[in-house]
Amino acid sequence: MMKEIYITGYNCVTPLGFNVEANWNSLLKGKSGVALHQIIENSTGNPEDQNEGAFYASMIDSEQLNKTFSSSFENQDFTRLEKMLLLSMKPLAEQYEFTEETAFILSTTKGNISLLKNQTELPEGVYLSVLAKKIADFFGCKTRPVVVSNACVSGVMAIAVAKNLIQAGKYKNAFVIAGDEISEFVISGFNSFQAIGSEPCKPYDINRNGINIGEAAAAVYITAEPTGNEKFRFKVLGDSAINDANHISGPSRTGDGLYASIRNAMTEAGLSPEHIGFISAHGTATLYNDEMEAIAFNRMNLQHIPLNSMKGFYGHCLGASGLLESIISMESARHSILIPSKNFEETGVSQPLNIIKETQPATIRYILKTASGFGGCNAALVLEKC
Amino acid sequence: MPHLYWKNVRKMMKTSTCTIENSKITIDGNLIFESENLSFPDFAKEAYKHLELSYPKFHKMDNLSKLAFLASEMILKDEDHSRTALVFANRSSSLDTDHKYQESINSQDSYFPSPAVFVYTLPNICVGEISIKHKMQTENAFFVLDQFDEKFLNDYSEQILSSGKADKVLCGWVELYQENYKAFVYLLTL
Repeated sequence: MMKEIYITGYNCVTPLGFNVEANWNSLLKGKSGVALHQIIENSTGNPEDQNEGAFYASMIDSEQLNKTFSSSFENQDFTRLEKMLLLSMKPLAEQYEFTEETAFILSTTKGNISLLKNQTELPEGVYLSVLAKKIADFFGCKTRPVVVSNACVSGVMAIAVAKNLIQAGKYKNAFVIAGDEISEFVISGFNSFQAIGSEPCKPYDINRNGINIGEAAAAVYITAEPTGNEKFRFKVLGDSAINDANHISGPSRTGDGLYASIRNAMTEAGLSPEHIGFISAHGTATLYNDEMEAIAFNRMNLQHIPLNSMKGFYGHCLGASGLLESIISMESARHSILIPSKNFEETGVSQPLNIIKETQPATIRYILKTASGFGGCNAALVLEKC
Repeated sequence: MPHLYWKNVRKMMKTSTCTIENSKITIDGNLIFESENLSFPDFAKEAYKHLELSYPKFHKMDNLSKLAFLASEMILKDEDHSRTALVFANRSSSLDTDHKYQESINSQDSYFPSPAVFVYTLPNICVGEISIKHKMQTENAFFVLDQFDEKFLNDYSEQILSSGKADKVLCGWVELYQENYKAFVYLLTL
């Protein structure tokens, strides 16, 4: 018999607020973090291309971040991303203890990649394990940190990794933390793929034309031994992360990997499609990703289940997105309110989906969270509100 | 003689191991290929020829993917791996390619971000390359650790095996930054 694994606490730092309550209230008001920002300094050097470096992105206000950070922490010697991570971790670290059996798992794709600019030698801080250790040491972590770096599914997988490491018997509980920041590195790369949308992103919509990059940090506490005094509890029922084995940068046309990930996670959870109350999908607003998801959900017979993508609110926060979106979906279940898939108007995928158009009441017991990313990776997670 | 890995009452078995370092490829301790005084890209090219790997996509891969791919080829061969999971890790993530990509955007005068380079700025891409070659629609994970930790990889793999999500796990430490590289890849079964 496998140990039962519970999420009993979480927090997030995003452009919509520096704690969960502020985020939830912004979402209820329909506020989005996405706006036009000058990110790449006149990349061509041609004065006629002044607008070339401007992109729609969901960006945290640096001044506000520094102000909040300096009033919460004494030491100010941290990068912007580290400040986001520390702020998201703080309330959980105050509530829960680090023991010899506490895992520390960081989900990130690019970490402090901004430090690489114009450097010939690698600065220590760009190593993901150095970043993880810095955050872990700050809070007095007693075990060796683990970094999950599986492209855009990292945040969803990090919860699964915590569950699996605890079930393997090595740990009793885990802090899972996720973060990625907007950088010239990432924006220029996605732009070279022509994957960035020219307006606020519209997941699943007929007029969607690409992603908005976002940034966020999120933290979750996971335990096999809840005290019973927690404000809430979600059981991690099933997980899976299956590769498409199709293409390193293009989504599968058949949705094979996502379909298999969902199927495995639901089998482990012992659930059939009609049990699922809500799907927090990936929905990046690229043509091929959203189409692939629609195919996979239909193959799993999940097309009638209410579904949203949070990308219209937060953009795509890479390694943080899966953890952030899991937190928001648990808030949905706690408040019994479904949040609409922002910017969706008219369906633009070939298979039917039940995309949430308005804020609405709903009783949610089982949540399905999914993600897909470069390298052909996919991940699915089933959570139960207890 | 296979190595045994013990934990509780269950035992996992390591059935074969491939090591690539110092311009040498060994399988279960036996030297398979060696070349001298070559940079990693040249060594990888020579190894590809010597091993008669007919897979043109190899030449488009970044160095980390080439390293992981070569080591995996030695072990996976042409056998059925439709239920073999992939659990890989390293220290330097994709920093080798990150550094190259960063150089392509450092200066306004030579600003040429390339999607073919950018896609390799994620460490899990090498796992995707192996999955594609062997049509492995299976559990995938890539971890970044401060040093090689076989016990961690084995504990995680054991959980995948005991949950029934796979029958075998190809585990790998695939570390590469410029001319420093080491691959240690092995197959685990219950």
